[in-house]
Amino acid sequence: MTHEELKTVQVTKSVDARGTACPGPLLEAKKAIGTIKSGDIMEVLSADEGTKVDIPKWCTKQGNEYLGTIEESGFFKIYLKKK
Amino acid sequence: MQEEISNQLKQIQEQVETLKEKVRFLEDSKKDQLSIAIVSGDMDKILAAMVISLAAAAMDTKVRLFFSFWSLSALRDNKKKAINKDLISRMFGLILPKGRNKLKLSNMNMGGMGPMMIKHLMKKQCVLSLDQMFKEAGDLGIEITICEMSMNLMGFKKEEMIDYPQLRYAGAATFVSEAGESSIQLFI
Repeated sequence: MTHEELKTVQVTKSVDARGTACPGPLLEAKKAIGTIKSGDIMEVLSADEGTKVDIPKWCTKQGNEYLGTIEESGFFKIYLKKK
Repeated sequence: MQEEISNQLKQIQEQVETLKEKVRFLEDSKKDQLSIAIVSGDMDKILAAMVISLAAAAMDTKVRLFFSFWSLSALRDNKKKAINKDLISRMFGLILPKGRNKLKLSNMNMGGMGPMMIKHLMKKQCVLSLDQMFKEAGDLGIEITICEMSMNLMGFKKEEMIDYPQLRYAGAATFVSEAGESSIQLFI
C-alpha cells in the first residue's frame, strides 16, 4: 500500500506499544490480534526501530498481511490486516 | 501366479509402512518449537534467553526452556527458604545469587554496579524487567524444565524454586528428545 492509502485506511484496532521496547510491541500485537476479526486492519504504534522490521516477519509467520509503515516524528505506525 | 502377486503386494505394503514411519520421524523433527538449554546464570544471558523466548512465543512457536547449573540461580525465589541442607549446599546457597533480581553481569559487573546501571537503563528505555518477562512467559505458556540432577548438585531444593505455571523437573534425556523435535535449538 502507498503512504496515501495507508493514511486513509479504516483501522479497527490501534495498539499503542510506544511504552515498551523489543519484544514488548510483538507481545502487545499478539494480544491485540486475538480481539479483531479476519480482514480487520490493525495499527501498531512503536518507538522501537527494531519493531519496524520485526512486525513484517511476525506477519509472514502468522499469515497476516503486512500493509506498510508510516514514519511519524519519533515513532512508527505499522499496519497489518488479519488473515 | 496369484501367490506371486500377493507376495509382491505384501512387500509393497511393508515398504509403505517403513516410509510412513520415516515421514513421521521427519515431520516430528521439524516442529514449530524452540528448545533452549540455559546453563549460564549471568543476568545478560538470562535476559537474552527470555527475550528470544518471548519473541518466539509471540509468533506462536512452542517454547521449551531447560534450566541447568548456574542458570538455576535465576529460578530461586528469594522469599522461600529450604531447610535441612547440608553444609556444602548451604554454602552454595549463600554464595550464589538468590533469584533473578540478584544476578551478576558476565561483563562489567563492577561489584554490583553494572547490574544496577543496566536495570536503570532498561527502565529508562522501556525494556521489560526480568520479573515482567517471567510473568509474560508464564501467560504465553512457555515451559520451564529444571534439570533435577544439577539442582541437587548445586544444593538447591524444590521448595526454594519460583512459583511458575509451567514448571517441571526432568533429566537430560527429556531435553534431548524434545530438542530433537524442535526446529530451533539453542544453548545459552
